[in-house]
Amino acid sequence: MAADGGDGMTEEVAVLGAGMHPWGKWGRSFVEYGTAAARAALADAGLGWRDIGSIVGADTVRGGYPGYVAGATFAKALGWQGARVTSVYAACASGAQAVNTARAQILSGLADVVLVVGADAAPKGFFRPVGGDRPDDPDWLRFRVLGATNPAYFGLYARRRMAVHGDTPEDFAQVKVKNSALGALNPYARYRKQVTAEEVAASAVVADPLRLLDICATSDGGAALVLAGMEFARRHGARDPVRIRAVSTVTPRYPNTVLDLPDMATDSAAAVQPAAETFRASIARAAYEEAGIGPEELSFAEVYDLSTALELQWYEDLGLCGEGEAAKLLREGVTALGGRIPVNVSGGLASFGEAVPAQAIAQVCELTWQLRGDAGDRQIAGARVGIAANQGLFGHGSAVIAVR
Amino acid sequence: MPRTRTPVVAGWFAGDGDDFRLLGTRCSSCTSVFFPREDSHCRNPGCPGGDLEEVPLSRHGRIWSYTDSRYRPPSPYVTDPELPWEPYALIAVELESERLVVLGQAVPGVTVADLTVGMEVEIVPGVLHEDTETVWTTWNWRPTGVTA
Repeated sequence: MAADGGDGMTEEVAVLGAGMHPWGKWGRSFVEYGTAAARAALADAGLGWRDIGSIVGADTVRGGYPGYVAGATFAKALGWQGARVTSVYAACASGAQAVNTARAQILSGLADVVLVVGADAAPKGFFRPVGGDRPDDPDWLRFRVLGATNPAYFGLYARRRMAVHGDTPEDFAQVKVKNSALGALNPYARYRKQVTAEEVAASAVVADPLRLLDICATSDGGAALVLAGMEFARRHGARDPVRIRAVSTVTPRYPNTVLDLPDMATDSAAAVQPAAETFRASIARAAYEEAGIGPEELSFAEVYDLSTALELQWYEDLGLCGEGEAAKLLREGVTALGGRIPVNVSGGLASFGEAVPAQAIAQVCELTWQLRGDAGDRQIAGARVGIAANQGLFGHGSAVIAVR
Repeated sequence: MPRTRTPVVAGWFAGDGDDFRLLGTRCSSCTSVFFPREDSHCRNPGCPGGDLEEVPLSRHGRIWSYTDSRYRPPSPYVTDPELPWEPYALIAVELESERLVVLGQAVPGVTVADLTVGMEVEIVPGVLHEDTETVWTTWNWRPTGVTA
C-alpha cells in the first residue's frame, strides 16, 4: 500500500461548524467574505474564535499580497489571538488541502480544534495568469502560445465525450437544467433562477461545443469549517457530529494520459504502460479506500462541474456508473434530487460560479448540512454518506468523504 | 527592413516546409518521449535517468479532440484590439508512435465544422502574430485532406 501513500483507514475528525458567505459579485475584499464565513462557522459550532488553536487559510492569488497569506489575514481580521497559522494553495483543490492540513494537525495532536477558511474576490472574464514574462510556467505558456483558456480545455473534454460516448449538447444542457433547479433552492448560491434547455441552447458558444450556460462563472464567496478531534467534540457536547472519514489529495501517476489543465501535451505512454484508471478516477478510489466504503454506499455527491460535460465525466470517475453511461444516468433522473444518487444538490458550480479557494470548502459545507438534515428544501432524505470531488490545476487531487 | 522570424518558444520546433517538426526529447535509458521537452531529468519514476536527446516528433497524428475560442483570449496571448476577433480552432492530436497528445492551433481558415475526432492531421509551420520587428512563429495542425 505504500505506493498509495498510506496503509488504509485513518481516524475521523468531527465537523463542528460550517458557514458560508453567499456567492455573487459583491465587489468587496475576500477578507470580508472569509471572516463572515468564519464567524458563521464558529457560531454554528457554538465556539468562540478564542477557543480556536489553529487557523488554516486557503489562498487566493488574485487578492494581492494578503491573498497569498490568507491564514494570517483572516486571523488578523478576526482579531489576533495567537493561534497557530497555516496558508495553503493548490488552485481549485486549495480547500481540500486546507481541510487535510487541519485534519493532520488534529490527528497528530498538534491542535484540538481548527478553523478552516477560504474566500475569493474573482476577476471579471477569463481566468488568466498573473503578469510578467514567465516562459518556464506552463500556465503562462498555454495562454501565450495557444490562447488556450480554461473553457477551451472544457470544450476539448466535451467534444471527446461526444465522439467516444455519444453524449449530445442536449445532454450537457440537462446538467444545467438540473443544477439550476437545485441552486434555486440554495440561499448561498449566486444564480437562483431555473434555466431551461432552450435557454442553454440559445446562449452564445464560448468554446465549441460548449455554450455560456454550460460553463461555470467566476464568483466572489467565502466558506469555513470548524474541525475538531472526536474527543474534543464529545467534551463539547457534540454526540453525533458529521465526521470526515477520508481526504484524498493524490497526484497523477506517470504516464498521465489525459490532457490536463494547463498542459499542452500529455505524458508519453510509449515506454511505460499507463495505469488502468485515469487520474480523476484515482482521486475517488483513494478516498473510498481510506474511508473503507464504495460508491454503492454513497447517499450523494458534490462534484466540480466546471462545465456541464465535466459533471458527467465525474459520474464515471466516481464509479457511479460505468464508462460512457453518465448521460444515461442523468437522463434517468438518478442524479437528480429524489434519485438514487443525487449529484450537486447544492446547485454546483453551475449555480455558484467558482470562488477558487472557497469552493472545495463549500462542498464540505454542503456535505455537512445534508448529513445533519439541515439542507432545507434541497434536503436528501436519509443522507448518511457523501463525497465531494475536485481537481486542482497542475495535478492536485481532491476528494472528501463525510459520514454521519 | 526585413523582420526577423522568431519561434514563440525556442527549441520546441524547427525546419521548413515538409521538414518542419515539433522537437521533443527522449530518454536514452527508458525511451520515454517528452513534449514540451525535458532537458534536465527523465520524469519516468521507474527510470534511473538517462541522457535526454532531442528527437523530432511524428509529422502526422489523429485528432483526439478539438474546440475553438469564440472570444478573444486574455494576455499574454497577443491580439490586435483594433481588429474584430476571428475565432481559431484548437486541436489535440494523438501521435501514434510517441503515444502522447499534443495541442496546437489549426491552420487559419480551418474551423471546427471541418474537423472530426479521429481525422488525420499533419504538423505545419505557422505564424502566431507579427509586430514591427518580429514575425513570431509557431506550429499548426492541418487536416491532411487540406492543401491550402
